[in-house]
Amino acid sequence: MKKTLLATACLALGAYSQTSLADLSVAIAGPMTGQYASVGDQIRRGAELAIADINARGGVLGEKLKLEVGDDACDPKQAVSVANTMVNKNIVFMHGHWCSSSTIPASEVYNEADIPMATVSTNPQVTERGLNNIFRIMGRDDQQGLVAGGYIADHFKGKKVAVVDDKSAYGKGLADEMAKAVEAKGVKPTLRESITAGEKDYSGLVTKLKQAGVEVMAYGGYHTEVALILRQAQAAGLKLTVMSGDTMTNSELVTAAGPAADNVLFTFSPDPRKNPDAAPVVEKFRAAKVEPEGYVLYAYAALQLFEQAANGARSTKYADLEKALRNGSFKTVIGDLSFDAKGDQKAPGFVVYRWQGGQYDYAR
Amino acid sequence: MAYALQQLINGLTLGAMYGLIAIGYTMVYGIIGMINFAHGDIFMVSAFIAVTAFTLLAAADVTSIPLALTFVLIVALFFTSAYGWAVERTAYRPLRGSTRLAPLISAIGMSIFLQNAVQLTQGARVKPIPPVIEGGVQLWSTPAFTVQIGWSQLLIIVTTVVLMIAFTWMITQTPFGRQQRACEQDRTMAALLGVNVDRTISLTFMLGAALAAVAGVMVTVYYGVVDFFIGFLAGIKAFTAAVLGGIGSLPGAMLGGLLIGLIESFWAAYLWAEYKDVATFGILCLVLMLRPSGLLGRPEVEKV
Repeated sequence: MKKTLLATACLALGAYSQTSLADLSVAIAGPMTGQYASVGDQIRRGAELAIADINARGGVLGEKLKLEVGDDACDPKQAVSVANTMVNKNIVFMHGHWCSSSTIPASEVYNEADIPMATVSTNPQVTERGLNNIFRIMGRDDQQGLVAGGYIADHFKGKKVAVVDDKSAYGKGLADEMAKAVEAKGVKPTLRESITAGEKDYSGLVTKLKQAGVEVMAYGGYHTEVALILRQAQAAGLKLTVMSGDTMTNSELVTAAGPAADNVLFTFSPDPRKNPDAAPVVEKFRAAKVEPEGYVLYAYAALQLFEQAANGARSTKYADLEKALRNGSFKTVIGDLSFDAKGDQKAPGFVVYRWQGGQYDYAR
Repeated sequence: MAYALQQLINGLTLGAMYGLIAIGYTMVYGIIGMINFAHGDIFMVSAFIAVTAFTLLAAADVTSIPLALTFVLIVALFFTSAYGWAVERTAYRPLRGSTRLAPLISAIGMSIFLQNAVQLTQGARVKPIPPVIEGGVQLWSTPAFTVQIGWSQLLIIVTTVVLMIAFTWMITQTPFGRQQRACEQDRTMAALLGVNVDRTISLTFMLGAALAAVAGVMVTVYYGVVDFFIGFLAGIKAFTAAVLGGIGSLPGAMLGGLLIGLIESFWAAYLWAEYKDVATFGILCLVLMLRPSGLLGRPEVEKV
């Protein structure tokens, strides 16, 4: 009863705001501040250009789009309050959040309020909880871990491998999957460790790796810690190859680690910048002095997804949008997207990249 | 064995830095009986000043490392002491006569203010500097493991030892030290005997900030990366060190810092690294249960 009342109230409010403002609000949410702020920056730049382009094409169903930006600083508590704020702003679509540990609690709020969302969070739990408003435009950690673990087992035969994580939902999930994947290939990790994210001193871990003779570290976590570990490993005279996940796309890794970042390996979806269909958009970003690395094009694609779904369904009502997203196939700058019953992308691909001289490219 | 020695070096470096910051907490507590929660953020500010100074030097093409370090240290000492003075003057002195709780709340507010001010003016991204001091000496080489001490680690340990000796001398031998100890024992009585209490307290804050500045420069040199949030964790650890050693006691703060550094590195080395902080704070609880005034602290005598 309470829920229906609330829903009616929301609908009434929604109808009111739509007639009065004649704008559709869509939102992005992610770490706009805090230690992962540079990622939030990528998401915002991608979304801003997408909104400008969509509005230049005449908007969605004849209405202009307006962008709301939520900052969760990758803090699960803040993510929930951002989600509530966004619900009050009557958004019709959400792209976010970024950290899995933020996306998971926030998605409950959006689900309650009937708001569809497209996320790049990779923890399997994001789509495993039976919420039907989530669409993941990125692969999952179990797929990512499989590719990363396979690469380690194939390319570093006979070398000692350590698996390390930062105890976050994303980091531990990815590290567990990588450990499983290397073990499946008959490589037993020499060490399994966890560190505390946000610290500065990882010399203890580095010494432990050196003592155990580890040459390859499979790491689940974020780029800031990897940069510190690499710097301290170099100072301790330890040659370490790091294999990690999609978070390593951040060029802050190179600014913070310097030349020590060379040879960092990571898995990520095939580089959307190399997608020929994305070329005009990539040009536009570069003309605006924004390198469309990392999550920039994903944010752009998420809004394209909304545009195409809403225009196809001729509605921005949740039921229609959800059906359109679930059944449709969409042409975006990151390639063709379609979703399975859980909301996972039907054909996700992960490839291994390598940082070299401040650039990353496919690892051969 | 070689492995243990390497972890000992890591722990001593970390502990020396905790100790330097802990002295700021302990001195202020000794003299006015409050915990200066903004101290960790003063340390963070000094790290930012150091990064700025290093960047300026790089722009001016200064390549001599000793010259650069001296310059950065002087700049950081000057500005950070000014911060320490200003924080005391604006946030604590007006509240000195009020309840014990008021300056504590004011300190937490100051900490949040400094953090946000730096985040807004400097941005939330990490600020890296290229490695300043590279290389080190190999102390001992076994086939399995090479023990290595970096020049920057050596610098941190040596600087800390020198500063500790200088500080102990200052507190026990100089007129300022005598005034400070007088204020610590009884502020009213000291004032009656002609000690300028306000000046002594201001100077104490500035000295605490100066030590935090040294720690800030060391962190910048050693880790090469700073962000606006580093003050929080470092502050908590240093505060713990001060309490462990006995708050109010100068050698206690240093001992506490070293102990925490060593516990952290040895626990992470031989047991489960993920339970490192649990161990640190567990040992703190244990020490406080057995010796409520800390390892070197004197139990407070109730004056009637």
